[in-house]
Amino acid sequence: MRVALFATCLVDTVVPQVARATAALLERLGHEVVVPAGQACCGQMHVNTGYRREAVPIVANHVRAFAGAEAVVAPSGSCVASIHHQQAMVARRAGEHGLADEAEALASRTYELSQFLVDVLGVTDVGAYYPHRVTYHPTCHSLRLLQVGDRPLRLLRAVRGLELVELPGAESCCGFGGTFSVKNSDTSTAMLTDKMANVLATHAEVCTAGDSSCLMHIGGGLSRLRSGTRTVHLAEILASTEDAVSPHQTTRPAVTA
Amino acid sequence: MTTTPQDLRTDQTPLAPGAPRSGTTFLGLPTAPRGVGHLRGDRPFPDAARDALRDGQLRANLGHATQTIRGKRAKVVAELPDWQQLRAAGSALKAATMARLDEHLEELERQVTARGGTVHWARDAAEANRIVTDLVRATGTDEVVKVKSMATQEIGLNEALEAAGIAAHETDLAELIVQLGDDKPSHILVPAIHKNRAEIREIFLRTMPRVDADLTDEPRRLAMAARSHLRERFLRARVAISGANFAVAETGTLAVVESEGNGRMCLTLPETLITVMGIEKLVPTWRDLEVFLQLLPRSSTGERMNPYTSMWAGVTPGDGPQDFHLVLVDNGRTAVLADEVGRQALHCIRCSACLNVCPVYERTGGHAYGSVYPGPIGAVLSPQLTGVEDNASLPYASSLCGACYDVCPVAIDIPSILVHLRAEHVEAQEKPTAESVAFKALGRAMSNPRLWRLAQRAAGLGRLVARGRPTMPAALPFPASAWTRSRDLPTPPAESFTAQWAREHGGRS
Repeated sequence: MRVALFATCLVDTVVPQVARATAALLERLGHEVVVPAGQACCGQMHVNTGYRREAVPIVANHVRAFAGAEAVVAPSGSCVASIHHQQAMVARRAGEHGLADEAEALASRTYELSQFLVDVLGVTDVGAYYPHRVTYHPTCHSLRLLQVGDRPLRLLRAVRGLELVELPGAESCCGFGGTFSVKNSDTSTAMLTDKMANVLATHAEVCTAGDSSCLMHIGGGLSRLRSGTRTVHLAEILASTEDAVSPHQTTRPAVTA
Repeated sequence: MTTTPQDLRTDQTPLAPGAPRSGTTFLGLPTAPRGVGHLRGDRPFPDAARDALRDGQLRANLGHATQTIRGKRAKVVAELPDWQQLRAAGSALKAATMARLDEHLEELERQVTARGGTVHWARDAAEANRIVTDLVRATGTDEVVKVKSMATQEIGLNEALEAAGIAAHETDLAELIVQLGDDKPSHILVPAIHKNRAEIREIFLRTMPRVDADLTDEPRRLAMAARSHLRERFLRARVAISGANFAVAETGTLAVVESEGNGRMCLTLPETLITVMGIEKLVPTWRDLEVFLQLLPRSSTGERMNPYTSMWAGVTPGDGPQDFHLVLVDNGRTAVLADEVGRQALHCIRCSACLNVCPVYERTGGHAYGSVYPGPIGAVLSPQLTGVEDNASLPYASSLCGACYDVCPVAIDIPSILVHLRAEHVEAQEKPTAESVAFKALGRAMSNPRLWRLAQRAAGLGRLVARGRPTMPAALPFPASAWTRSRDLPTPPAESFTAQWAREHGGRS
């Protein structure tokens, strides 16, 4: 299958290794990966901060960039949820019904990585090797909006060498919430503290999830505490093999100043 | 002399969300007036939350209480195989009721009147307070007993009665604790959720006349103390004031759902009963209660059935109160009804399940929201009742995790309303803000691939500040500092993924 990769603005700009891993994984599974050059953002940050009018041209750009794609895959539950639940809505509200229809059609061909692997490609064992103790955080939008369910866990259980440890209080939000993390920084940090306590209680080396935004939040907190537990995107784990074990890990502990 | 609506309404009432903001013509529906009631806080949410987050006792009390009630709810909800269908039925009934609210309200008035009650219409909190105060005064009494009621908390009835020289005694145990402690409610169902047993014992010892000096913090002993304190008030009171969980339009029946039986005392012993109810609380038919009386107790207290469900219609000669008044309060509800996205908030049956699962509420508690309606439902209801600009920080008091939507027994899509209200707030700003300028510029870049590549390259320059370290310095200017105060920020890479891909694939997309 020819798969168009939507890196998402955050991954593309801040953690490119997650998109590289997604591309490497899909290619290893025998699919052709294309990366439309015009892609930027799904518009979620604007919509969720109250700038729904300003989000309309962002949605238009996204629809233009992926026009004609057979299937679009993104390593993010949150961005895919926004494509499914928000893009057409903001376009329609702005009176752009043509754009809304196009966004809806594109959304029906857009998948979060674990959903694409399990539901579309029908694989749970992707042939990965990752010899680490790992705990999985179900991100809110992948859990509640996309309802990915246990798909990521099934993928992780099939990884050779990986020891999966259950995360206590897994379904509690990590406190990221986009601009919430800045506008309500104290409450966000209080939520993060409890999430980190649960992650650390598992004694996992790695905390993984399907969203780089939440991982940047959890990883940023763990790194600040010099905890040594790092955050790694699900795509990076699934892309790892005996030949290339997790070549780039998302968040390394900070260098002590 | 009581406080009159005119005295209190010195400020111009803010417009409803979505109301046209024309300079001369008032086209919006009125929202809840300023200066009366408890829908507005003194401080923005982030400021109030900061103090609450530092209160270790509060955090412990809330963490324990919300966790317990979450578990109870999950257990009894899981027992019902048709829970999702019940939710859908509740949602559909509410939506259909709201669509013809005017007709149902008039039917309710006809039925209540036909059964010997009197119906009063109150445009807002001030009018409702005046109506109730006048009714109590007409009986010649100077004290009333109260059934737990959110509507009367919303309109600030106790303060209005006090100003008229009338003492209002709260009889719900948790409301009593809050009232005796000179505190404010912090939860819809459990107003004293922020207090633990030891604190409650201290309040009782300090404020209850004739309390046993050897009172312990054993729940049974505390309940017995409250019981004897309340009993003499029940027997003495000539007037009771209640809210209502439901009103049935076709029969004129009012319903109060409770656990303690204190409500039942108030609803049966006094001569006069005054019920204050928001106009959205009604259901068209008796049969509709079948759905809501299943949804409500399981969602609120985590019980299959609540211990006391009291229902009455008008006056029954020789049995119970012989004078019944129903005060129907708008106080901004019609304005909420006018907003096609936000109106779902009026479907709320005040179960408080959304509070109990909310990770923000669990940590900040109810007072941080500044309104009697805290938590997720409060964050969508309060700003709509008052106009978004009077509660502008509340729609942002959520990480949009969606746990509230999942548990809501009438499936109110709270996250979508929060996002909608954020946009209403942004669009109400007449002058550009630093944030709006930044978001507009970023929006332009994200709509144009060439500009976006430039912006990405500019972001990559952040690595120069990091000077070779894997994370950015913790001391960055605002707003980045709001992140880096507690979290490391990864140093951006020299090249974005898309740029690298294009380079490696010879420009092929």
